[in-house]
Amino acid sequence: MTAIDPTAHLTAEQIEELGRELDAIRDEVIASRGEKDAAYIRKVISAQRKLELVSRGVLLFSFFPPAWIIGTAGLSVAKIMDNMEIGHNILHGQWDWMRDPKIHSTTWEWDHVSPADQWKHSHNELHHTYTNVIGKDNDLGYGIMRVDEDQKWQPFHLGQPLWNFINACFFEYGIAAYDLELGKNLDKRRRKNPEFRARAKAVGRKIRKQVLKDYVVHPLLSGPSFLPTLAATFTANLVRNLWSHSVIMCGHFPEGVQVFERRSINGETRGQWYLRQMMGSANISGSKAMHFMTGNLSHQIEHHLFPDLPSNRYAEVAVKVRALFEKYELEYVTGPLPKQVYSAWRKVVRLSLPNKKPKVKTPDRERELLAA
Amino acid sequence: MTSTALRSRAWKLLEMVTTPLLPSDYLDLVSPLRAGADLRGRIEAVHPETGDAATIVIRPGRGWRGHTAGQYVRIGVDVDGVRLWRAYSLTSPAKRRDGRVTITVKAIPDGKVSNHLVRSAKPGTLIQLDQATGDFVLPQAKPAKVLFLTAGSGITPVMGMLRDTEFDDVVMVHCAPQPQDVIFRDELHALVADKKLQLTEVHTDTDGMLDIARLDELVPDWAERETWACGPAGLLDAAEEHWSEHGVQERLHTERFRPTIVVAGDGGEVTFSATGKSVDADGATPLLDVGEEAGVLMPSGCRMGICFGCITPLKAGAVRDLRTGEITEAEPGVLIQTCVSAAAGPCDIER
Repeated sequence: MTAIDPTAHLTAEQIEELGRELDAIRDEVIASRGEKDAAYIRKVISAQRKLELVSRGVLLFSFFPPAWIIGTAGLSVAKIMDNMEIGHNILHGQWDWMRDPKIHSTTWEWDHVSPADQWKHSHNELHHTYTNVIGKDNDLGYGIMRVDEDQKWQPFHLGQPLWNFINACFFEYGIAAYDLELGKNLDKRRRKNPEFRARAKAVGRKIRKQVLKDYVVHPLLSGPSFLPTLAATFTANLVRNLWSHSVIMCGHFPEGVQVFERRSINGETRGQWYLRQMMGSANISGSKAMHFMTGNLSHQIEHHLFPDLPSNRYAEVAVKVRALFEKYELEYVTGPLPKQVYSAWRKVVRLSLPNKKPKVKTPDRERELLAA
Repeated sequence: MTSTALRSRAWKLLEMVTTPLLPSDYLDLVSPLRAGADLRGRIEAVHPETGDAATIVIRPGRGWRGHTAGQYVRIGVDVDGVRLWRAYSLTSPAKRRDGRVTITVKAIPDGKVSNHLVRSAKPGTLIQLDQATGDFVLPQAKPAKVLFLTAGSGITPVMGMLRDTEFDDVVMVHCAPQPQDVIFRDELHALVADKKLQLTEVHTDTDGMLDIARLDELVPDWAERETWACGPAGLLDAAEEHWSEHGVQERLHTERFRPTIVVAGDGGEVTFSATGKSVDADGATPLLDVGEEAGVLMPSGCRMGICFGCITPLKAGAVRDLRTGEITEAEPGVLIQTCVSAAAGPCDIER
């Protein structure tokens, strides 16, 4: 809802042509999915399990400081792998085509307090369908933040840098609450809704199991290392939460990312839907290891265009997608992690304060024309 | 406390340690064939039999309950990353000393699994297994006179019987296009040389298809023999008719390899088997809409193929992906996205 629509220069025909070109990219990947991809996800899953086993094993001796450090680091990475490259992507159905019932969106459960099926609804269905549509996509500010100049400011927003920081530390709980639409459902009348109660119960069960595992069973198994193991698991969860929160903030919050009005998606065509995903997402640049640790959400733009393509293929897709951005003169928002995190946080801080109506800027293209 | 109760407590504790995964997810990393695991097998060798057939030697997991000669096993093989299930007759004797079992596979044109197994399966590969099943088996008491009537890969269950049991009087009539297409030919001829088998090969490329009436000439006492027949539907249909006509149908045992003929068309009758509703659908309407229109409660989500909230088992028939045109045929465990799939012929959706 910036004053200038960065897609205004595209005709309706161009937008549909863009959609066809993106469909062609998708079809190409689908047609070439195969053994190599299947081997990739199996390798990642097996590596994650081994890393977690070894790290938890090392933590049995965590009264010894080097063991604490190695075990905590290993467990943090294992939890990040579980949530990002494995869990997020499997739950998107990216690997359903393998027909392996053990690596399938309907059976997978992740190391996270939000039960997989609830997360699939709020994330896959609501967020991915209504990406960046204010009032429909709750990922925008998670219902606790103001993310666009055009949203009405309220005194509550003054605290949003703090809310965001707390949310980052306890991100998995934030997600669980968000999947439950807790804010809305805690209303007196809705609280008793049986469907909500069943879902809340499921979250309670999941939290109990997760907490029991991380903060009771494993520390107890460590015997004399009870407290160091407890601290190690807490740290690993914190690291995972801060990391995934940072990565996810970079997906839609950095400067340059567009948000959309509710009525703008009425009667949206396939081309327009693609265009909204392109303008509503941002990438993180970096090394292969960086892409892996973000679960390839560093390729957020490609992920939003094709949420069901296997994550290991986003890097090759990105080259083609970026070429389309250039062809259609659109801004491909990307940058290294620190820059993108800074950009997202700056927006959170800036919008915690009230603002005037945004100024109308002259788009560069027009300036170029005037200069010519 | 009983030992079972104790064990189940210990298991519960182990589940607490590994949640949200299961202990087996970790055990599978080190010992996929252990007792208590999902039944799997490891391919240990692939021996070519003919130009287009091979015997696969499989070491089954500890949970394997064995088989009876003549039975088949369903196996799940990953082909190009996709798990596909097929049934094959077991060709090894039931009490093979090393505990291995074999299946013998003939590559059929366009057969994804059969071609993969015959031409590119690698020793060391894990496959999924079901327990052996099927009632195409010999009776407890060995019959005095036996006839095996087989064609093509229909010889495989019979070979399991021949390797398992020594018969007093056994005749085999086997059809194959040419001599080199006869699977197990050397072994069969060795049995003939030992006078343990009387064999008639019918080479259909030169002799033409077997006319069932020729049995009188090939095996004059066919009607007195307990007969096991396996081969293409045409042969079995003719045999059943022939045995009935002579009033000896109870002596004929047949095995039909399940035909997997799905004719992919444009639209068709859609059955929602859980609800018991059937409606006609065209080839362009998503099955989600078809179901909702018919008053079936369908799970749904984004309605554009991205959220996987609508996936539903496809029990029978075929559907077409409206985005790519790709056809998906029903197989056990196959789920489809109803919001982007349309009927490609009659199909059965479990809703």
